[in-house]
Amino acid sequence: MDNIVLDYRPLLAILISLVAAGLVLLSGRRPNLRESWTVLAALGKAAIVYSMLPGVLSGKVFETAPINIAVGINLHFRVDAVGMLFAALASALWVVTSFYSMGYMRKLDEKHQTGYFASFAVCLSATIGIAFSANLLTFFIFYEILTIATYPLVIHKRTPEAIASGRKYLVYTLIAGQLLLIGVIWTQVITAGNADFQPGGFLAGKAATGILQAIFVLLILGTAVKAGVMPFHGWLPAAMVAPTPVSALLHAVAVVKAGVFGIIRVVGFIFGPQLLTEISIGTILAWVAALTIIISSLIALGQDNLKRRLAFSTVGQLSYVVLGVCLLSPLGILGGIYHIIAHAFMKITLFFCAGAVYATHHLTNVSEMRGIGRKMPFTMGAFAVGSLGISGLPFIVGFISKWNIALGALQGGKGIFIAVLIGSAMLSTAYLIPVVYMAFFKESVPKIGHGHDSLGEANPAMLIPLLITAVCSLVLGVFPNAGARFYDLAVMAANSITGGNVSGGGL
Amino acid sequence: MREQLPALIIIAPLLVALIAPLISCVSTKALRVVVIGTLLVSCMSALSVLIRVLSEGTFHYQFGGWAPPWGIEYVLDPLSSGIATLISFISLVVIIYSGPFFNGETKLRSGIIHALYCLLTTGLMGMVLTGDIFNLYVFLEISSLSAYALIASGGYKATVAAFRYLLIGTVGASFYLLGIGYLYAVTGTLNMADLVQKLQPLMDSPVIFTAVAMLVAGMGIKMALFPMHGWLPDSYTYAPPPVTAFISGVMTKVSAYVLFRFFFYIFGAASGPVSAALNIIGWAAAIGIIFGSVMAITQTDFRRMLAYSSIAQIGYIILGLAIGNTFALIGAILHFLNHAVMKSCLFLVAGGVKWKTGEHAIEKYAELSRRMPLTMGAFLIAALSMVGLPPTAGFFSKWYLVLGAMETGMWPYIIVIIISSLLNAVYFFRVIEHVYMKKATPEMKIPEKGGELPVAMLVPIVVLGAGILIIGILNEPIATQILQYALPGGTH
Repeated sequence: MDNIVLDYRPLLAILISLVAAGLVLLSGRRPNLRESWTVLAALGKAAIVYSMLPGVLSGKVFETAPINIAVGINLHFRVDAVGMLFAALASALWVVTSFYSMGYMRKLDEKHQTGYFASFAVCLSATIGIAFSANLLTFFIFYEILTIATYPLVIHKRTPEAIASGRKYLVYTLIAGQLLLIGVIWTQVITAGNADFQPGGFLAGKAATGILQAIFVLLILGTAVKAGVMPFHGWLPAAMVAPTPVSALLHAVAVVKAGVFGIIRVVGFIFGPQLLTEISIGTILAWVAALTIIISSLIALGQDNLKRRLAFSTVGQLSYVVLGVCLLSPLGILGGIYHIIAHAFMKITLFFCAGAVYATHHLTNVSEMRGIGRKMPFTMGAFAVGSLGISGLPFIVGFISKWNIALGALQGGKGIFIAVLIGSAMLSTAYLIPVVYMAFFKESVPKIGHGHDSLGEANPAMLIPLLITAVCSLVLGVFPNAGARFYDLAVMAANSITGGNVSGGGL
Repeated sequence: MREQLPALIIIAPLLVALIAPLISCVSTKALRVVVIGTLLVSCMSALSVLIRVLSEGTFHYQFGGWAPPWGIEYVLDPLSSGIATLISFISLVVIIYSGPFFNGETKLRSGIIHALYCLLTTGLMGMVLTGDIFNLYVFLEISSLSAYALIASGGYKATVAAFRYLLIGTVGASFYLLGIGYLYAVTGTLNMADLVQKLQPLMDSPVIFTAVAMLVAGMGIKMALFPMHGWLPDSYTYAPPPVTAFISGVMTKVSAYVLFRFFFYIFGAASGPVSAALNIIGWAAAIGIIFGSVMAITQTDFRRMLAYSSIAQIGYIILGLAIGNTFALIGAILHFLNHAVMKSCLFLVAGGVKWKTGEHAIEKYAELSRRMPLTMGAFLIAALSMVGLPPTAGFFSKWYLVLGAMETGMWPYIIVIIISSLLNAVYFFRVIEHVYMKKATPEMKIPEKGGELPVAMLVPIVVLGAGILIIGILNEPIATQILQYALPGGTH
């Protein structure tokens, strides 16, 4: 292949935030210096990632030279369309979240901020490492680093509740990691060490059907836990005890999407749609995802804590991606991959709003938020945009991915999943729109706004980021290709996996 | 001079052991300078021998110029010189660390402790380097006797533990002696290379069967292989911390090394009784891994937890031998290295906490992260490595072991390794929670400002902690440049 370019920018993009984490730890006593490292790393990382974007869009694949990390297997990075999509998303949202974090943490005067910002930076390194990894071992190494680096963020408050959540988180993710490890090594053994991701998969004919099914189950169990697929979602609502910026970027974008991204790698780049159809196992995962979508939406209805409600919404929305990819049809894969982008912008907006409400007025429960929209019109306006988007309203980004997934279901001859999509859309309307209604149309209770200025809007460091992500959700809903051309990237990825041509698809 | 380097590795600490009490009478400071200098010389010689062996191939050193099989020869191949380098390095690091510990000792005690420490180092390195099975026994006894005495120096409870270890350890050494006695009786030689030739026609005889059984029993006791581990927890718990760090790091593993030598180089792993023996110790190790990990979870004393963890970890090495293919052996030897570094590091941390706060109970570790950030940083790396999380060294030995087990389809071993990782996570994250999250209660003796250890103790801990990451990242060159040649049949 002559379109492969040797380049060290992928490695650089990973290392920059790792170095920043070290600098953050060293400058713990000087908060302004410490935060400037975070901002510099976030901007630098985004710049490095986006500098590769035109190349990837023109069909180039950037690769680092393989580094021997273990006998017969390399630490190897490669930037392809789907990896680029994930990295571009995570690095852009990190910039926004960095500013939001500062506003949030300082407003609440949180402790342990040095460890917080350092862990955050390591998490982003791991995320980019996952996005750019070219083989299973590289993927696994960064996947486990992400597990460990997220732990300090979950237990950030050091309360008994936080520690219990941290334990729960570790139990889920470490067991998943070990199962994934077995799957990785098994793949390694049956392919005689040549386990580089390939669009369309590389396992066909390497082993008996039973062994391939077992490997699929192990790899999917390993990744599905982070992706919150039921019944492995238990850690995610518990992890909401973390500070809101963590919930926003990591538990709505980076960590959970790393799990989803892993499923995409397994389905599209290790097994491939064709082999999965042959060993007849992809559809089972699609049904698990469909059940997850419905059940989590039902649970979300009953949650009064806003962050928990959003967490269950995340569980459901992540399974959209899994469902889309497991439909194994070109448009389904396209819709699934694009939903990574769509959900990220909408859900980060919603979490930013929830955090802004908490930091400004110390409210966590939906039932307490009567009339909050009049105090915080911009914040709750953004929340309304996110809510409508999650419900699948046209002209907001969520519609585009859902439309494609629905078309993909038809294309794959599995029209019944459209019923799931419609049901879920109604349920998500039912659990999010009442929040908006409560905020704008109910009489406020005296609790809100005590001692604050008359308007009671969040401080600019929080408000501006959440407005940016809300506007992005709108813009991408009308022009899905605006900015980083995410839609084109998703099309390229879906094309490479299925070997087909889906460019004329959805819109 | 270059030709005599192999002798220097062993002779230097031996000579210093003899004169240590005398130097101590003059000045304890001078003693420490001499001992550290000697171990540095020993370590450097071992390293230069290793480098030479890697470029020029295996090298035989004949003591006193007597040719084998009558004389005693030292065989310096990549494996033996690599492990000798490791032993002398750990020995050096620990003796540097031990300074503040032995400050308060009387001149005589200080002299004797340093002398025993040098003897222990001599014994362990002699066991690794010698090419003569009786000479190996001599070094085994040198190392064992000095270890009993060193453990006993830890106080009243340590004396009891050491006496128990002495009784069991002597039985173990006697088994070994009986084993080599049988071999000598049928072959008339004690030289390892010579034995390889002469044993070939005899491999199926009952004598060899008996000898193998004796060796397994003897070395099994010495390496605390389940169910012969009874002496270990008390000894590790009550010995002085630097002593525990050294013996936990390398001593039990040297016995595993001896078994590896006998089974894979002298007998040959495929021959009659050996493959059965490997199978048996493999299962013993598998049970030991689970047993040690479960026992570690139930402990409230940090050192005791680490001691049980050691029983489990030696199982990894034996498991690698039992699987026996290239990947598994790479994993076993890599784990030899990894575990030496990480367990020494952990015991040094435990000793440092004891030195600072006087506490060993895990629940007294609250808030130490703030008082001793560097020490606890090293602890964190070592703990993650014990769990086997990438990119630490512990992940890669696990990776090779599982890869080896998978190739031969030994699923029970894979399951044991995976479960063990999770159990490790349980007991190490419990400590991590205390260190990083729990609030200290007022009655705990938490050092105030400047709680970090003195430099002499801190540097060894940090060096070992960083070493875990370095070995993890550089495991590929280690495996292809050193371990590949160290394996049986590995040519150069």
